[in-house]
Amino acid sequence: MRFCSWRFIRVWQRNRDVFLRLWHAETPAFVAEPVIILLAMGLGLGAYVGLVDGQRYIEFIAPGLIAGYAMFSASFECTYGSFVRLEHQRTFDAIIATPLEIEDVTAGEIFWGATRAALTGIAMLVIASAFGLVHSPYALLIPLVCFLEGLMFASIALFFTSIVPSIYSFNYYFSLFITPMFFFSGVFFPLSSFPDLVQKLSWVVPLTPAVHFTRALVSGNLHPSLIISLIIILAFAIPFFLASMITMRRRLVV
Amino acid sequence: MIDNRLEIATMIAIEIKNLTKKFKDIVAVNNVDLKIYEGECFGLLGPNGAGKTSLIRMVTAVSPPTSGEIYILGHDLKLHSREIKALLGVIPQIDNLDPDLTVIQNLLTFARYFDIPRREALKRSIEALSLLQLEDRSNSPIRELSGGMRRRLLIARGLINSPRILVLDEPTVGLDPQAKHLVWDKLIQLKAQGITQLLCTQNMEEADFLCDRVAIMHAGKIVDIDAPKELISKHLGKNVWEIELDTDRENKIVKMLQDKGLDFQIAGNRIYLFGDEGTDLLPQLTAPHRVRNRPPTLEDVFLKLTGRSLTE
Repeated sequence: MRFCSWRFIRVWQRNRDVFLRLWHAETPAFVAEPVIILLAMGLGLGAYVGLVDGQRYIEFIAPGLIAGYAMFSASFECTYGSFVRLEHQRTFDAIIATPLEIEDVTAGEIFWGATRAALTGIAMLVIASAFGLVHSPYALLIPLVCFLEGLMFASIALFFTSIVPSIYSFNYYFSLFITPMFFFSGVFFPLSSFPDLVQKLSWVVPLTPAVHFTRALVSGNLHPSLIISLIIILAFAIPFFLASMITMRRRLVV
Repeated sequence: MIDNRLEIATMIAIEIKNLTKKFKDIVAVNNVDLKIYEGECFGLLGPNGAGKTSLIRMVTAVSPPTSGEIYILGHDLKLHSREIKALLGVIPQIDNLDPDLTVIQNLLTFARYFDIPRREALKRSIEALSLLQLEDRSNSPIRELSGGMRRRLLIARGLINSPRILVLDEPTVGLDPQAKHLVWDKLIQLKAQGITQLLCTQNMEEADFLCDRVAIMHAGKIVDIDAPKELISKHLGKNVWEIELDTDRENKIVKMLQDKGLDFQIAGNRIYLFGDEGTDLLPQLTAPHRVRNRPPTLEDVFLKLTGRSLTE
């Protein structure tokens, strides 16, 4: 297989420029939704929820929502976003006629997806702080964690994008993979409330280690198991990153 | 700066040896050899499905050959695809302008793919826009451009890296005559600057007008290569007679032409009769059918070599 060169940065810059031109068209929705969820679930549902250690429910879900919405950002960018550029706008065809190769395009898309996740992480962190839900300076590392998490989800998403026949295939991706993960990775309920089997399964679902990470950083309660979370994230990110380079070449360079 | 590390060692701009491209069970390009010289405008003609686009995609390094070799300005495409792509300007048939960006941003972003520094990129973008008469559209979104403007912008984009070789796939398809002539003028101007052009087209008038030499492709192979004028005199002579037939007398006339050993082609209820001298009387023999005499064109050569029926 071939690997990307430093030129992937050109694709990242292209996506950044488009974002700077059009961000006002989509960002409000991306910020409004997590705020609504935070308020509705945190304050509304939270009034009926008593957590074992006496923590407020809204404090419990805030870090989970940061990781969850970072996941959504990277996933949307590298499914619908990348697919439109790939098939509808033929943007990648234009790019690979220049000194860039398809691997540079692939890496540029994935790193941009990760950047979107980090930007979402920053926005969410600001919102959570505004509600007084952040208790540790370690929380400043959240954009970095969201970036890593974003690399993982962008890689998985772009791999899927490179093999699907149509844009409608993403309905499956979101309703069978992304949305269930949102509910079974410890964002809204502690994993310990699930049956044993579900608990074990959720540990190898990609969102779980990310939630584990953001929760630790927001509370300042760092513990050695974060190493395992990091390993799980990399164990998803690296193979999918490499695989999507192969499948993108297979799809576009024929 | 642009990557100009490749030493230019030869006068041959594009050399293709034994080039083949297969897709599953289809042979799109079948063992093609071709030399295109620096500074010439070379036309690639052929019906749909003849393999032109497959050939062009291989030459522009976006599609790997099944077998065979391609040398661009003396350098092996397999080994130096990035450097070679930096020397090419590709104007695709499908409009793949970036609709998320404005006109000038399209050019600047493209220049960045070639590592052209910002200030130089801006200078070249403005030049390219004024060359193609788009300067007052600089800040328009792509969706506000007409079809003709988009095509001109595609050409401007293909010039942004000051290419040594331009590869154009149907550059004037769908343009009104005014826009078409503007594009032709610019291509002639670029040729005068020494830029080699590989022009893929279905428009015979365009090929005749612009190209020094043309290759006619059919079913993955090159059937003939020569200057348009040479092709016409070689294959058709000085005259074409078009004879419109009634079906009831068709067989008789066809037999008569065959007996005389004449060069003709049947399409529908029409016979095309080619030749220099001696054929003048024949149309009279075939009277009372409608007969028309005219000088042969490149289109006649094209149809003679690739057949008058649909190929796909």
